[in-house]
Amino acid sequence: MTSAPVASKTASAGPTRPTGPTRPSTSLAERGAAFIVRWGFIGVTVALIAFFVITEPNFRTVDNVFGMLKFIAPTAIAGLGVMLAITVGGIDLSVGASAGFAVSIAAWTMVIGNQVGVVAIGVVLLGGLLIGGLNAFLIVVARIPDLLATLATSFVIVGLKLLIVDGKSISSQMSLSDGSTAPGKFTADYLWLDRGSLGPIPVPVIIFIVITALLWFILERTRWGRALYAVGANAEAARLAGIRVQLYRTVAYMGCGLLASIAGLLLGARIGQGDVSAGNSLLLDAVAVALVGVSVLGIGRPNAWGTALGAILIAVMVTGFTMVGLPYYAQDFGKGIVLLIALLFSFTFSRRRTVVTAGSTTAS
Amino acid sequence: MIESSIPEGGEPATLSPVVSLSGVSVAYGSNVVLTDVTLDFFPGRITALLGANGAGKSTLIKALSGANPRYSGDIAVDGAVLHLSSPVLAKAHGISTVHQKVADGIVPGLSIAENVVLDDLANASRHPLRNTKQSFLDARAALATLGLDWPDSLLAQDAARLSISDAQLLVLARALRGTPRLLILDEPTSALTAAEADRLFDVLRALRDTGLSIVYVSHRFGEIEALADRVVVLRDGLVQHSSERPFAWHEILHEMLGRATELEQTRVDVRRGQGVVARVNGVPLLPAAAPLDLEVLTGEVLGILGLIGAGKSELAELLAGLARPASGSLELDGEPYAPKRPSDALRRGVVLVPEDRQRQALLPGWSVAHNISVPFLKISSALGTLRTSRETSRAREVIDSLGVVTSGPNASIDDLSGGNQQKVVVGRWLSASPRLALLDEPFRGVDISARREIGDRLKELVATGDAGAVVLSSDVDEILEVADRIIVLVAGVVELDAYADETDRASIVGAFLGARTRDQRSTHDEGHPK
Repeated sequence: MTSAPVASKTASAGPTRPTGPTRPSTSLAERGAAFIVRWGFIGVTVALIAFFVITEPNFRTVDNVFGMLKFIAPTAIAGLGVMLAITVGGIDLSVGASAGFAVSIAAWTMVIGNQVGVVAIGVVLLGGLLIGGLNAFLIVVARIPDLLATLATSFVIVGLKLLIVDGKSISSQMSLSDGSTAPGKFTADYLWLDRGSLGPIPVPVIIFIVITALLWFILERTRWGRALYAVGANAEAARLAGIRVQLYRTVAYMGCGLLASIAGLLLGARIGQGDVSAGNSLLLDAVAVALVGVSVLGIGRPNAWGTALGAILIAVMVTGFTMVGLPYYAQDFGKGIVLLIALLFSFTFSRRRTVVTAGSTTAS
Repeated sequence: MIESSIPEGGEPATLSPVVSLSGVSVAYGSNVVLTDVTLDFFPGRITALLGANGAGKSTLIKALSGANPRYSGDIAVDGAVLHLSSPVLAKAHGISTVHQKVADGIVPGLSIAENVVLDDLANASRHPLRNTKQSFLDARAALATLGLDWPDSLLAQDAARLSISDAQLLVLARALRGTPRLLILDEPTSALTAAEADRLFDVLRALRDTGLSIVYVSHRFGEIEALADRVVVLRDGLVQHSSERPFAWHEILHEMLGRATELEQTRVDVRRGQGVVARVNGVPLLPAAAPLDLEVLTGEVLGILGLIGAGKSELAELLAGLARPASGSLELDGEPYAPKRPSDALRRGVVLVPEDRQRQALLPGWSVAHNISVPFLKISSALGTLRTSRETSRAREVIDSLGVVTSGPNASIDDLSGGNQQKVVVGRWLSASPRLALLDEPFRGVDISARREIGDRLKELVATGDAGAVVLSSDVDEILEVADRIIVLVAGVVELDAYADETDRASIVGAFLGARTRDQRSTHDEGHPK
């Protein structure tokens, strides 16, 4: 047995098996690095929360907690979509456009099409699936690199949205170009998505938590989730193992489109009108949240709870910054720094340092 | 070695080598791929470098061409020891390399002339402005060294439009700029037709006669016979053999293909297969090859021997559902068998241990148990939910049956040595109790004891009589050790098919040689196989 150090990640995970070879010792520095990689992000979040809790009386109210979660729900859900794309080794830059599309299409269906909210929701979800399907087609079948394909589709989606709504924000009872008044309005069942609550918990927060838990379960506990991860870890190995790689990638992008449109539904219900600029800032936040999610807990791969936690960190930061009176543009700076630190954790610090490992001399 | 002969048709060779290697070694991590290579390259000589897959040829070339500065030992140019830290530096000292993939050497979108003088672009401080006229003149001068006179109208065209053989000449012309002392050619004929190859050989002979030292890497014995002054054989990172004309091909092949002295054990346990599990009916393995007929039997380990380009991997890919037969058909258990994708093959009980462990089999960062369970997610789960206990017990089975050295099923696969990773991959596939197991180069980068354990596990598998196993390799000794029945494949054609106790090393090597004479003939005649 060599006594070469193993990579830090393994050293801290899993019990030592008495039957196995003696676990090689790791240096204090390596264990320290492993600890920081594993707990650093949580630590920062907790410290930030503690700081605001102490300094800002308003921060520590129940209302504020739910307010923050509600505020971040659309970002988090779009981020979970991006996470799905990252899981299969890709990325989706069209989530912002898809969410904006959802906002306008929901408004258009209700106001111009004079339909109830449920119909609008159905149309929007279908649209999200179609956008995801288009992305998947371009990436999987047409073999356009994911980054470029989704960048292009995001332009197409924004343009299509503007064509459909004549470039205008749609609001209830707006006057149309022919002088008449629009037949429909934002219906209560649609607005319930933002304003409703079950007990003290607002509906968006419930949707956020349910989706997170569901995705966590699928990814971590089911064979389909494992297959999605396998596609992202080594597509060729996954294919040779009999996994339908193209199918799983398609499903991931369609899932992403669906989640982006759900994010858009929540956003639209919050705004209460079909704001054409809605969703513009969502993309960067969603991608940032998904990337932060990779590094949280030192898991080193996209995961649902990490993504949710990344979103919560950003919510805490944004709310706290506002309360202590920092200008709104300080938020972007803060988000940028958070993302940068997350990327450092993912790519720089958690890189496995050693190649030579236990068992390299075969015992026999 | 000291050279005293005078090359034909040239001026007398000076006794000092252009480039000398002494004690050059290369290791990637703990994996030593080149060991203590000492070689001299003399002016006006063509040295053929031979070796099977993974013998260390590419590693040696990389060190010589400056592409891998992390070598130990000395490389001296004209007697002065240098550290070849980059391709630019190597070229500045007269070591020029033409890599195997010609397409990688051509920059599409740039003109032919610009491609010829590409190195000047890399050296921008000396040529800050791109002078089209000058680059045309330089390009023509470079092409003239090959006796080529391409008009300016051609030189102005996009280099991507060149045929592969003309592109080969282009990169050769580029390599010859700045009058190199040592020219390295890595399988230059692999994409050429016979006529094009002959044209290249004439050029190379002319270059040799001007005093250029040439290193020629090839798998084609006919070409080497026609061209080389010396043959150097690498195996397992060591120089095994070096000889001058006339070449003792039998010995060269023995050196190239395996450790004759180490092994020589008599096999007493050679099994005879029973039923036919898979049948290949008239499928050409390579584009120009004759249709192949082959039967794989249950109850025996079939070893298929062949060098690169023999069609081994192609055969494995056909049976594993990665490729479809161009013509002919496949049968499994007496029924037609046309897998569209690996999952179809898996469903029929055909598994493939692929050639490249890192690229095609392992999931980096995953645990041993998760690496093993990937193909069996369905049976490892209930109602879609994965059962950790099923994954773990399968992993334990694999670890125990193959003696994988690891701290347990939860250990990260990255922490295992190469040999143990390979055991995990082999064990993964054999744990499915396959009907037909295909193992493409399963022993590469694997130590002796791991090889034994994998071999024993294979024998165990076929001993049930319900399964067939095929090991594809370029190493005679691996095959002699593990296989009951041996097939030698050369250029997609079966040259030998015999049971291990009915044949011996000499006959096996002879089967390769039988192909050599054919290869040699075709180099001179028409119809050179691609």
